[in-house]
Amino acid sequence: MSNVIKIKKGLNIPLVGQPEKVLIRADMAETYAVKPTDFPGLIPKLNVQVGDMVKAGSPLFHDKSNPSIVFGSPVSGEVIEIRRGDRRVILEVVIKATAEIDYEQGEPCNPSSLPREQIIERMLNAGLWPIVRQRPYNIIANPTDTPKAIYISCFDTAPLAPDVDFLVNGEAEAFQTGITALSKLTTGKVHLGLNADYPASAVFAKAKDVEMHYFTGPHPAGNVGVHIHHTNPINKGETIWVINPTDVIILGRLFAKGIYDATKVIALAGSEIKKPRYSKVISGARIDSIVNGNMVQSEIEPRYISGNVLTGTKVSHIGFLGFYDNMVTVIPEGNHHEFLGWAAPGLNKHSASRTFLSKLIPGKQFKLDTNLNGGERAYVLSGQYEKVLPMSIYPVHLIKAILANDIDKMEQLGIYEVVEEDLALCEYVCTSKIEVQEILRKGIDSMIKELS
Amino acid sequence: MKALRKYLDKIKPHFEPSGKFSKFHSTFEAFESFLFVPDRVTSKGCHIRDSIDLKRTMTVVILALLPAMLFGMWNVGYQHSLMTGESCTLWQNFAFGFLKVLPIIIVSYGVGLGIEFAFAQARGHEVNEGFLVSGLLIPLILPANVPLWMVAIATAFAVIIGKEVFGGTGMNVFNPALLARAFLFFAYPSHMSGDKVWIAISDGDKVIDGFSGATPLANAAAHQMDKMPSVYDMFMGFIPGSIGETSTLAILIGAIILVITGIGSWKIIISTIVGGLTAGYLFNLFAVNPYMEIPAWHHLLMGGFAFGAVFMATDPVTAAQTERGKWIYGFLVGFLALLVRVFNPAYPEGMMLSILLMNAFAPLIDHYVVQANISKRLKRAQKVAKQ
Repeated sequence: MSNVIKIKKGLNIPLVGQPEKVLIRADMAETYAVKPTDFPGLIPKLNVQVGDMVKAGSPLFHDKSNPSIVFGSPVSGEVIEIRRGDRRVILEVVIKATAEIDYEQGEPCNPSSLPREQIIERMLNAGLWPIVRQRPYNIIANPTDTPKAIYISCFDTAPLAPDVDFLVNGEAEAFQTGITALSKLTTGKVHLGLNADYPASAVFAKAKDVEMHYFTGPHPAGNVGVHIHHTNPINKGETIWVINPTDVIILGRLFAKGIYDATKVIALAGSEIKKPRYSKVISGARIDSIVNGNMVQSEIEPRYISGNVLTGTKVSHIGFLGFYDNMVTVIPEGNHHEFLGWAAPGLNKHSASRTFLSKLIPGKQFKLDTNLNGGERAYVLSGQYEKVLPMSIYPVHLIKAILANDIDKMEQLGIYEVVEEDLALCEYVCTSKIEVQEILRKGIDSMIKELS
Repeated sequence: MKALRKYLDKIKPHFEPSGKFSKFHSTFEAFESFLFVPDRVTSKGCHIRDSIDLKRTMTVVILALLPAMLFGMWNVGYQHSLMTGESCTLWQNFAFGFLKVLPIIIVSYGVGLGIEFAFAQARGHEVNEGFLVSGLLIPLILPANVPLWMVAIATAFAVIIGKEVFGGTGMNVFNPALLARAFLFFAYPSHMSGDKVWIAISDGDKVIDGFSGATPLANAAAHQMDKMPSVYDMFMGFIPGSIGETSTLAILIGAIILVITGIGSWKIIISTIVGGLTAGYLFNLFAVNPYMEIPAWHHLLMGGFAFGAVFMATDPVTAAQTERGKWIYGFLVGFLALLVRVFNPAYPEGMMLSILLMNAFAPLIDHYVVQANISKRLKRAQKVAKQ
């Protein structure tokens, strides 16, 4: 606990529906899916057809530009649908699961005795390489790169976020095995970002071969990008790999048992959930298996989100859990008109600004819907974004550089150091309702294009 | 409210691109969104959004302007009765000022919003709320005696040349309200300066003997220090001047509203005052005439300094946009305002010119602040490359 990094800028959005630390056993979902849309920039090539039988870990599709990166099936069963969108883009590869999961069986082994190449090869072959993402860009890591470090954020500060300690509870062994494997992949170290406000779970605290950093402060203090920025910022040409703690456990199981076991604990949260709790599921589960029977009775249409309310993906009631997501959030849709809403005193309205009376009620929890709360405008106010971005970056200037498609400026202003989740709060607080995350992804896409 | 909503839903199709009133789509949208917050929901990115929007923001600024406006109305009547020697009650004074100022406000809003709506429609945009504030700022920085046709052309000039040619609210370089005033100042100087313009005169008014009507700034510029009003009068605002800028107290209330809500940048307000005080103290140190000798803090109470620091310099679009830049920008606004005030005999008030000048330089200030960030990042990369 020697040097705690204090994050001063940011914003906690107190929402109704924080999950209670109770683990319930969810039924096995009827179907599971891997969604190529979870991986920005990916062009998938199918390895299976509708009707094929697969095992857990069998390749479903691979990356067109790097065929060694394959995407394994999380369960065993029959491929029943390949859902496509506009211009036949593959959206979902859907598998009807068998009651008992049948795994592609590999050789269990101790990663500390394996050389780097073999660890990577095993991960690629097992179809779980995509759990490793790289910064800059937040895309799947290129296995031929050597990152200067690997970062794992061991807490989540997003609204209604799950307690990561609870997600990894009892998985110390698998976590350590995963860390050992990862530590071979970098020339630097594996770094854990921990919350300084409370003692970390033993799973993290007792981890070996790692360097620990402690952070305290409001969201986005838990973002891995913030951890990197404050301890080991990314310069042009450098890469750092990042991975979710729950995925480290899945990686550990690959070496300990030789199988791709994508079981993880996720949180179910939000104001539309009767009893927000945790449940154990398999990656890619159809969410009705988790939410059914636990919804608040209401006339308002619900919005199902895989992930948190700031960065998650909108899914339907029979949509699927995202590849990297550890939570499902359900909030009310805001598709209704509000009479003179902009002039209301606003006791129930949340705002980072101090223009609503709700600021006078400390500790209030809000039930927010998906209304945009205004119309899109040009930038008028200044200094808003800077208050919620704890990085030495000028976000508005960066966004304007992207809108002008000025590659040099984007690079100079630090586009390598941010991804969508880091600027999500900027989008939340924006008075002009600008789609910051979408613009940033466009900027990242043009960087990738330009530099490849 | 449901009946109103139903009615709006009924007539809405006529304003859609294929409807018979499609030419008034922006106008309809502006009124609809004024009455009802739209039902648009988030699709990508954040699923929830902050409750604040531009309408709320602008409402807060208007709220902050109300004390200055109401006091200004009263003061127009008060100054008038001082001039004629009539004794009037508070309400009589207010009623006189109200009738004098209201037409100016109506003309300013009418002309400005008319142009805004037309441009929004031509561009197919939603109407931006920015002019809701500019439309009230313009009357408050004009003398009470200004002819209405001047208000109309000044507003038109400010909106078209100051704002729309740059692409509308958010894109403008200069503060539109100040531009309106500067336009009148240079186009019709006889109506914008001197001793006669500040007090509303109606036909048949008799002026009592010895009444001058000069503003404190004019007195100071003429080195007539014995004619200066008391500090109390200047702070309360019982002095001649532009409609909304005489009472430092009313402006202070507005400043408190802006700072508490966070809509106005306290950094700019503070640094403008510091800039003004610095210049004032420097003048005191090297004083060679009575104007340079007046206590530095008196400058804050005179002319448009307080109004400019609180409502004009803080305009987020035309001020510096980086936090560090705001300190520099504000300081220079305050400093230059006094420099113009004290040393330029042609312009008794320096606030307008100094803010417009700094509007022009704000992007440059920001450029250097951002450049510092860029070179810090470059140096970091070079250091790593060397190792």
